[in-house]
Amino acid sequence: MNRYPLWKNLLIGLVLIFGFIYTLPNFYGEVPAVQVSSGKATLKLDAAQMEARVAEILDTAKLPHTGIFSDANSVRARFATTDLQLQGKDAIERALNPDARDPSYVVALNLLSASPSWLTSIGALPMYLGLDLRGGVHFLLEVDMDGALTKRMDATAGDLRTLMRDKDVRHSGIRRDGNAVEIRFRDATVREAGRQAILGSTTDLQLVDRDDGDQALLIATLTPPAAKTLQEFALKQNITTLHNRINELGVAEPVIQQQGANRIVVQLPGVQDVAKAKDILGRTATLEVRMVDDTPGRLEEALAGRVPFGTELYTERGSQPLLVKKQVVLTGDRLTDAQPGFDGQTHEPAVHLTLDAAGARIFRDITRENVGKRMAILLVEKGKGEVITAPVIRTEIAGGRVQISGRMTTTEAADVALLLRAGSLAAPMEIIEERTVGPSLGAENIEKGFNSTLWGFVAIAVFMIAYYTLFGLVSVVALSANLLLLVALLSLLQATLTLPGIAAIALTLGMAIDANVLINERIREELRNGSSPQAAITAGYDRAFDTILDSNVTTLIAGIALLVFGSGPVRGFAVVHCLGIMTSMFSAILVSRALVNLIYGRRRKVAALSIGQVWKPSER
Amino acid sequence: MEFFRIKNDIPFMKHALVFNIISLVTFVLAVLFLLTRGLNLSVEFTGGTLVELNYAEAPQVQLIRDALGEGGYPDAQVQNFGSARDILIRLPNRDGLDSNRVSAQVTEMLAKIDGPKGELRRVEFVGPQVGKELAADGGMALLLVVIGIMIYLALRFEWRFAISAIIANLHDVIIILGFFAFFQWEFSLAVLAAVLAVLGYSVNESVVVFDRVRETFKKKRAMSTPDVLNHAITSTISRTVITHGSTQVMVLSMLLFGGETLYYFALALTIGICFGIYSSVLVASPLVMWLGVSREQFIQPKKTKEEAVV
Repeated sequence: MNRYPLWKNLLIGLVLIFGFIYTLPNFYGEVPAVQVSSGKATLKLDAAQMEARVAEILDTAKLPHTGIFSDANSVRARFATTDLQLQGKDAIERALNPDARDPSYVVALNLLSASPSWLTSIGALPMYLGLDLRGGVHFLLEVDMDGALTKRMDATAGDLRTLMRDKDVRHSGIRRDGNAVEIRFRDATVREAGRQAILGSTTDLQLVDRDDGDQALLIATLTPPAAKTLQEFALKQNITTLHNRINELGVAEPVIQQQGANRIVVQLPGVQDVAKAKDILGRTATLEVRMVDDTPGRLEEALAGRVPFGTELYTERGSQPLLVKKQVVLTGDRLTDAQPGFDGQTHEPAVHLTLDAAGARIFRDITRENVGKRMAILLVEKGKGEVITAPVIRTEIAGGRVQISGRMTTTEAADVALLLRAGSLAAPMEIIEERTVGPSLGAENIEKGFNSTLWGFVAIAVFMIAYYTLFGLVSVVALSANLLLLVALLSLLQATLTLPGIAAIALTLGMAIDANVLINERIREELRNGSSPQAAITAGYDRAFDTILDSNVTTLIAGIALLVFGSGPVRGFAVVHCLGIMTSMFSAILVSRALVNLIYGRRRKVAALSIGQVWKPSER
Repeated sequence: MEFFRIKNDIPFMKHALVFNIISLVTFVLAVLFLLTRGLNLSVEFTGGTLVELNYAEAPQVQLIRDALGEGGYPDAQVQNFGSARDILIRLPNRDGLDSNRVSAQVTEMLAKIDGPKGELRRVEFVGPQVGKELAADGGMALLLVVIGIMIYLALRFEWRFAISAIIANLHDVIIILGFFAFFQWEFSLAVLAAVLAVLGYSVNESVVVFDRVRETFKKKRAMSTPDVLNHAITSTISRTVITHGSTQVMVLSMLLFGGETLYYFALALTIGICFGIYSSVLVASPLVMWLGVSREQFIQPKKTKEEAVV
């Protein structure tokens, strides 16, 4: 008898229901939405609070919305029509950014899935479309690691000069040569003293002796782990900086990811103005250190509208007004690192800054002259300054290691460190790949991909049913199940669907029918050899299984190779191809067998199978 | 309906030599074209900039060429793409060219031309370092597929099968490349994906036949090796044709509806599928025979029972 145990039928049913639910969001289409995200590096978005705020704004403006959603970085409001969306955007923009020239929030138009919220809440989202389907810009940037290294070694040369002076080791010249720093000494004894001094202060450098005439040389290079840390740091910092800049573009869903050891992918869906995007990616924000003017009475005067000459009024984070002198003491170029940490004595959260040699000298002089006064650290973006922090100078600080502490939580310390680093790129970057797809081309690509799949599927279905009748129909149902599961998996995994990906769906369907053809042919063959219908079904499925497995494994090997070595379009193809092979195994064998069992398995006596004509050589 | 009403096994192996000679000639021709003409590699591999524009009315290609030539891009290739209203411009990478500005400059120059204005559809820029990597990665992927499939077939069947399947299918790959070289069709990343997919797919075909060969060896003891192969091919031919037909229908649909982007992808698949049937059945099987496959390799030696008296 051909019957599946109940659990197997239930399992297949469950998988199909699951597939159906996760495919569902793709049918709802998209509705217009407005997305709010933070527009400034110094501003963190509180999702819950912003959700309430947006709801309130829309209520006051009497604009009906169909739901407000939020994730970690943004809040989105859905609207029924594009008209309402535009009005909504204006209303939110006006309320959140009172000063249009200095917006705190990015308010962008976006499209959201129209699927009901219960689907969204179980993680059922529509497939994530690649740039070639939705239009937008793609950049691949390469970070110039040599540049980062050179910058670091320049700073090291300065540090070593200070160190030698502090430790009273006489040298006759320190200079950077390529990615090494060369220190000259009078003789080997002094060199030994120099070596001890360096080894006592840092573990990042490896030292090699060299003699040049009667002079003793010490060649310092970064140790491999230190160089690696430097590179990782440079890449991370560049990504942070890019994030901040891209916020300005008002892109709804930018993608900024590391790729390989030294590359960054930037994808900006919906952006068409490539020139502007490039401009913004390449720009540098700067960090400035200035003194705070705490002369009594001056701040009140400024708040009253009469800002004293040579000063500017700022608000510190946390909305404390502050009068800052215009004269710049130090710029961000002098900052080599900023890390969150803890105060050595009080164990309060703190931010540790490292300045290069020149910066350290300036800083020492400034702090010596201004003990007890406040200094402000500003991030200047788009020509506008923002005070990140304004600490009080407690003592003279020499050596370039600065610690900012007090009135800070651990999170705040981490934020400040990030902001300080965000000022500039750690290493220069270069665009090595650029791809722009216009929105009309994207829509056309979807249509083309969809049509190819549809008509191919229809042709196969017609043929299968004509050739194998009922078994053909079963095969077509199994193939549909395959498509359903594949789309569900792609939606669930949120794998990027590209045009080659759609091609892979079509191709996978074309190949998946192979398993059903194998089975059907085997059943016919068994019938031809005189087996009873029930035995033919059993034998057909069992014998075909080995072959199906073998052929799918070889195809899968090719798919995995593409996945491992492919990039861009090839990867998009490979992901879908590999997933499709898995789903096709399931649907071609299990789903089709379950159907056949339901149709024939319960009957005690089956006279004939509806599998088309079975020709026997004995007939003429 | 039943397409294949074959009473006796078709004596494929009798003509094995002919099939292999045909194959060899095609192969040699393909290699020849590859060597003399080379592949027309896309921007993805060579590096450079590609700009696609769509015009409301057909623009004059010569005007665009002149404008670009005057603007400092005399090496720009301008051609129609799909229809007369679509224009594709290719600009190779050059030393001393600020690659970041190329697309912006080109758009500016085109905007100055009198007549219909184009809408920017697509810009692709690939730096020189990326192209080399892609080519290397493609080669690695091919190698990985070949090694992976050979190991799998050797474990699952026998080394003879592994070798013949790989020879037969690699020769498919070369033939596809030969076609692309001969017609100077554009060889892009998508085509590379198609070529590798074909490799996996047509090995598939050999597997089905080999499966039958193994089964027949085990079942029919009286048959000679060529007869076993003939029987295996004959009894799977119906499935072979129907499966490939179905896949081809899908590919044809892509060829017709998929537009320019999928065109060469589908074309590579078409060639791959046609030669895939031929080579994996009619080339791989004789190779297996000549490599000396025989029944003994599939019959497990009977284990002698060891009895022990306790």
